[in-house]
This record gives sequence, structure tokens and C-alpha cells, in this order.
Amino acid sequence: MADPVLRLTGLGKSFDGHRVFSDVDLEVLPGDRIAILGASGSGKSTLLRCVNVLETPDEGSMEVGGKAVGDNTRNRPARYSERELRALRQRVGMVFQQFNLFPHMTVAGNVAEGLVTVRGMSTSAARERAVSELKRVGLADKADTYPSRLSGGQKQRVAIARALAMDPEILLFDEPTSALDPALVGEVLSVIKQLADEGRTMLLVTHEIGFAYHVATRIVFLADGGIYETGTPDEVLKNPKRPLTQQFLAEHQRFQF
Amino acid sequence: MSYDWNFQPVFDNWWALAIGAAGTLRLFVVCLVLGMGLGLIVALGRRSHNRPLRWLSTAFVEFFRNTPVLVQILWFYYALPILVPIEISPFTAAILGISLNSAAYSAEIYRGGIQSIEPGQWEAARAIGMTGVQTLRRVVLPQAIRRIIPALTNRGVEIFKMSTLASVVAYVELLQQGKLIASLNFNPLETYTVIAAIFLIILYPIVSMTYSLERHLARSD
Ligand SMILES: Nc1ncnc2c1ncn2[C@@H]1O[C@H](COP(=O)(O)OP(=O)(O)O)[C@@H](O)[C@H]1O
Ligand SMILES: [Mg+2]
Repeated sequence: MADPVLRLTGLGKSFDGHRVFSDVDLEVLPGDRIAILGASGSGKSTLLRCVNVLETPDEGSMEVGGKAVGDNTRNRPARYSERELRALRQRVGMVFQQFNLFPHMTVAGNVAEGLVTVRGMSTSAARERAVSELKRVGLADKADTYPSRLSGGQKQRVAIARALAMDPEILLFDEPTSALDPALVGEVLSVIKQLADEGRTMLLVTHEIGFAYHVATRIVFLADGGIYETGTPDEVLKNPKRPLTQQFLAEHQRFQF
Repeated sequence: MSYDWNFQPVFDNWWALAIGAAGTLRLFVVCLVLGMGLGLIVALGRRSHNRPLRWLSTAFVEFFRNTPVLVQILWFYYALPILVPIEISPFTAAILGISLNSAAYSAEIYRGGIQSIEPGQWEAARAIGMTGVQTLRRVVLPQAIRRIIPALTNRGVEIFKMSTLASVVAYVELLQQGKLIASLNFNPLETYTVIAAIFLIILYPIVSMTYSLERHLARSD
């Protein structure tokens, strides 16, 4: 069996004494697509942000590609060296709800930035690579445009290309379509679907339950300070076993499978 | 009351004025570079995780912002050599007074600019593996500086005009030369009018240039 790309063991996080979640165990194998669902405030973003240590988990341990991230032999919570974090973040791509494109750089500049600054690639090679990533999301013709000229859906596709350019082993999506006009959601979901079909490993926080059903290999439902229910999409979304999951799905009845 | 304007004696001293203008420009350029450069360092110091560094930077800002530049120039020129055995030229005293004061003010401008950048920008840069310094240099400062160009321009204009304070220690700049011409020719009205005009003539094109810089940087909007 393949080594897990990501393994979380007993992960926990609190903010100022307020416990967001604890005892989160999660194993992500290559090609797994895990949809993280849960009510607003249930800790979906925090969990995702712990994976690339934009938030520092304060309990438990984490392995990426079979190697422990963070030193928690003596230090509890685990400590992370700057160097280790930079290496980790190159292996874990992140796409944000608000896109967070760099507004002073062109579209190609945004995608090439990590290649030039972090990988030390030449500007011309990085641009070439950026344009090919932009092709993948259908935006090669926008390479020299500034982000302010793009629609929300186009911005999010550029943000996806920016994450892909670093060749991540795992992609994190934090509600990638929640900031979009309903009419623009489809184009972003179809790019994510295409990545799924390529066999990419991803964690996807979303409220698009129908999409999660079709794309995810596993559903993780967060509630009550941890993973409340998990299983295949059929198990969790069609036959939820526990009351909070049932209630959550009942409140999201608008989705179709 | 009618007054017979006569600018001829002022223009006869054009060479003295030119030397003064050169002295003003020299002081301006040095203080601009030092003031704005040191200001950025102090601003970063105020954001540092290192507590003593943060404290020191804050103390620096409060000290130099809340004492008059004129007093600082006089202090560096007359008082500092009493404490430490060094010779301070009028030029050095003026540089110290004006640069340190400008650094304190521009540090606050930089700090405001950096703070105005959304946390999402830092996060996006960190998420692709950039270091803090890389993020600052490539992502945060380019955007912050664009936002604070008008405020920095004001600072620059202020530095240019503050150069006249150097005449208090007899540094050779425009006002110092003007005082000389006026006292030799008993024509303060014409002389100081010309001095004011020279400031305007030098400053206005510089300020206009920053307007076009602003427009150039706004091309991504
Ligand atoms: N930086 C933070 N500081 C303090 N509390 C936070 C912070 N980030 C999130 N929280 C809190 O943690 C909880 C989970 O937030 P979040 O992970 O954003 O939930 P979700 O993404 O599921 O809506 C919320 O109660 C939120 O208020
Ligand atoms: Mg969230």
C-alpha cells in the first residue's frame, strides 16, 4: 500500500483557550479527495490551515510524505523551523476563498512568482511554466492582464494555477467558490473536477454538497469539536448515521446528487 | 505706499545663489535617502518580534518626532562635541537633525502602509513557500509604497524645505546665501522673494514627477 501523503494524528487547535477541534486523525493516500463539510465556525478553515501551518496546531502530530513535520519530541506543542515550513508549503498548495492574488503583478507574474522567488527559476523559464499552467485553467490569453481586470471565477482559476505551478503533492481548497457570483461557480468547479480526474490529492472545504458527492473519495464532517462523521460520500451524504450530520444535510436540502 | 522693486542686485549675485542651491540640493538628497531608508528600517523594527528592537524603534520615533529639528541641529553642532571628542561640521549636524527627524516621520508612514496590506497577501505568499523577507520585498512593500507615495512626497517636500534650517549653523545653502546677499545690499524684499521663487521652481517639477510615478504604478488598477 502506498504511503500516505498526509497523516494527522490527534491534531488539536485552540484560540485563546477556545478549543476549535481536538483528536483529529486523518490519513490521506495519494489520489484521495477529501471533502470537509461542516457548519460555519466548525473549524474547517482552521483544520485546513493547520496542514500548511498557516495556523500552528497545538496538539498532535503531522506527517507529510511519510516524514514528520514539526519537532514534538521535546516541545509540546510541536515547533516548526522556518526552513521546514518553506519546504512543507512547497509540497502543499493552497487556494483561498478570497483568491489573494497579488494585485501589482500580472496574471503570469502571479503564477510565476513562487517559481522565481522560491525555486530560483529564471524569469523566462518561469513565465513559460506559468503560461502552461494558465492553459490548464483556460486562461493563457490573460497572461499579461492584471488581476483587477478579471472576473471572480477567472481570479480563482489563476489562484489555482499559482498553486499548481509549485507541483504540490496535495492541494488545499478553502471554500474556493464561496466568494463567487453563482454564475461563476461552475467554471471553477470544472477546473477542480479536471484536477480530480487527473488523480490529484486534495482536501476541499466546500458548501457545494452535490459537487462533493461527485468528486470526493471521502467525506469528513466536522462538528462538536472534531471529526464527527466520516466515510464515503454515499455513507455520509445519503445515509448519515449521526444526528448533527443529518441535521446539517437537512438544512442543505437544496443540493442535488 | 509704493516700493521700487529692483532685482538687479540679487541677480548680480547669481553665483552665490547657485552655490547656495547646490548646497541645498546636496543636503536634500542625502537627507532624503537617509531619512527614507532609515525610516523603513525603523518601521520594520517596530513590527519586529524582538521586543528590545521593537521598544528601541518606538523610542526612536517618539523622541525624534517630538523634538524640534532646529533644536536637534543646534544640539548636534554645539552639544554633541562636548560629550564625545569629534568634530561636527555644519553639514553633518544638519544631516543628523533632518534625517533622524524624517526617519521618525517616514517610519510611521511606512508602518501605516504595511499595516494596510490585507493579511491574505502575507498568507498567499507564505503558502507558496516565500520567506518573510521575500514576502515583504516582493509582495507587501511594492503595494504599500504605492499607497503611501503621496504621504512620502509630502515628507520629501518637507525635507527640502527643512534644509533652510541648516542656515542656523551657517551651512551654505540657499537661505544662508540669501541672508548674506540681503545684508550686503539692504534688499531683503527682493532677495527673499527670489529665494522663495527658487524653492518653488526646484520643488514643483520634482513633485510633478512623483505624480507621474503614481500614475505609472496605478496601471494595474
Ligand atoms: N485567528 C483566529 N483567532 C481566534 N479565533 C479564531 C481564529 N480563526 C478562527 N477562529 C475561531 O475558530 C472557530 C473555527 O473557525 P473556522 O475554522 O474559520 O471555521 P469554518 O471555516 O468552519 O467556518 C470559530 O469559532 C472562529 O471564530
Ligand atoms: Mg472557513
